[in-house]
Amino acid sequence: MSQAQTGAEPIVEAKDLTVAYGGQKVLDVPAFQVYDNEVLGIIGPNGSGKTTLLLCLTRLIKPQTGVVFYRGVPVLDSKSVLRLHRKLAVVFQESLLLNSSVWDNLTAGLRLRHVGAGEIKARAEKWLERFGIAALARRQARTLSSGEAKRTSLARAFALQPEVLYLDEPFTALDGPTRQALLEDFKGVLGETKVTTVIVTHDRNEALALTDRVAVIMNGHIAQIGTPAEVFSSPANEEIASFVEAGNIIHGVVGAQSGGLASIKVGEHHIEAVSELPVGSKVILLLPYDDITIFMPSSATMTTSARNRFPGEVVRMFPIGSQVRVTINCGFPLTALITRKSAEELGLKEGTRVVAMVKAVSIHVIGRH
Amino acid sequence: MGMIFDGIKQAFLLLIHGDPQVLKIAWLSLLVSGSATVCSLCVGIPLGAVLGLSRFPGRRFVASLINTGMGLPPVVVGLVVSIFLWRNGPLGILHIMYTPAAMVIAQFIIAMPIVAGFTMAATQQLDPKLRLQILSLGASRVQLVWILLKEARLPLLAAIMAGFGAIISEVGASMMVGGNIMGQTRVLTTAIVGENSKGEFAYAIALSIILMALVFLVNFILTMVQQRAKAR
Repeated sequence: MSQAQTGAEPIVEAKDLTVAYGGQKVLDVPAFQVYDNEVLGIIGPNGSGKTTLLLCLTRLIKPQTGVVFYRGVPVLDSKSVLRLHRKLAVVFQESLLLNSSVWDNLTAGLRLRHVGAGEIKARAEKWLERFGIAALARRQARTLSSGEAKRTSLARAFALQPEVLYLDEPFTALDGPTRQALLEDFKGVLGETKVTTVIVTHDRNEALALTDRVAVIMNGHIAQIGTPAEVFSSPANEEIASFVEAGNIIHGVVGAQSGGLASIKVGEHHIEAVSELPVGSKVILLLPYDDITIFMPSSATMTTSARNRFPGEVVRMFPIGSQVRVTINCGFPLTALITRKSAEELGLKEGTRVVAMVKAVSIHVIGRH
Repeated sequence: MGMIFDGIKQAFLLLIHGDPQVLKIAWLSLLVSGSATVCSLCVGIPLGAVLGLSRFPGRRFVASLINTGMGLPPVVVGLVVSIFLWRNGPLGILHIMYTPAAMVIAQFIIAMPIVAGFTMAATQQLDPKLRLQILSLGASRVQLVWILLKEARLPLLAAIMAGFGAIISEVGASMMVGGNIMGQTRVLTTAIVGENSKGEFAYAIALSIILMALVFLVNFILTMVQQRAKAR
């Protein structure tokens, strides 16, 4: 992450990548870098080109134009592509195991890379153990559960001791508890190995939990690249904001401006937010779900630093795990994410009158051009 | 009924006594069809793999030719091979008409498209992403094809059974290019036709039983291999 800022040499670099299927351009990335020891997330909606970008970086497909550089050396002919493949590991959404034993799956790549027999055995044992599947070594891959298969697939990748590890939505197809347990193991292993990692995901929590940098890809273009905090709290445009589900997106116009505190007109309402944009600017406001506080009208008179108070009525409650998504109609819809316990204590239900509050500093203002 | 019973009895007698004539015919059947199967595997598996795994202009056309070839009538093959190997034919100089070599060629032409067609289908049904996964493990192009064929080993063994089954039981082409010459090109199927036309039904039945036992034995072995491959 720091290297990205200090201008160190990237380990993987792509220039002028384009990929088109049937005349339709699906990827257009003028420049892309992966730095040593970083965990880089690639996020974006379905069909935005995430996987295509990963396949280009790994040179598992050949882009129509553009060159991939590995440690500064261009990867051009089939020989250098093979050399590149033998330095990386890829884990796909599907576990894609060979129809043989778990042990064979762990060792197949090592044999292709001409690793010595003793070393192969040591590494396979180590990574089976690390992913908690040592007991499955003799099992046939096709008899594994999806969670066991994914563990095998991850152990196979780490056993290769890749210089760069690529993952394409590795946890998507798993059910909740399996996924959570594996995600934790995986995070531990990433921390231990410090392997340079590129992970394609559409799950913001995964991106937040794992990555140092996030690239957002939209319609085949890199739309934004930055730390997860930057991308999720300050999306560069409305499209990204709505994709990362960072919060409520509200359109408005700057109605008044006083020293960095803008009053933004949203219909008949005014929302105060921190912005230098001049009066009359069209803006998009991003109100993060978890920065919206809900009070009962009786207690809302108490002093608080929150500049924005919106009385309204609960129109919808949708539980997500230990949290509840509460949508309030304040003249415009506003969704807050609160804990289930808070919802119970407040006695919230559909039709309850409440006051929603949000601090001016919590609101992200995006100028519309 | 008595005739069938006689036939079965005679078959056992011929087998038990190890009748040299019968053994020779059975052995030649196995040799000719076995060689033709091996040749058709050598050509059919790579051809089927290329058709199943790669994309090139004209691929579909070649694929449809192969699929048509899977139903090639043996007599047509026999006719074409005869024309080519005939004394005045384009390959007449080889002087292999009415030899086992000619029969191997004809049977190869029958079995090869079957093996190629099965291989094509077997490799096409593999997950396309598996190819990317294997490449990412560090496989070269050749290693990739080898691993994919191993992944498709169950349907590939079916390809061998289908190819061998088609030619060991084939009679038209073998008759036309082999000539059913006693001691030289007489195989089980042509011998059965011959005995049948002579009214030697018992002998024909005996040969039929031997033929079916042979087919069963070969397929039994291949099935064992296949099912072991599955369990492994």
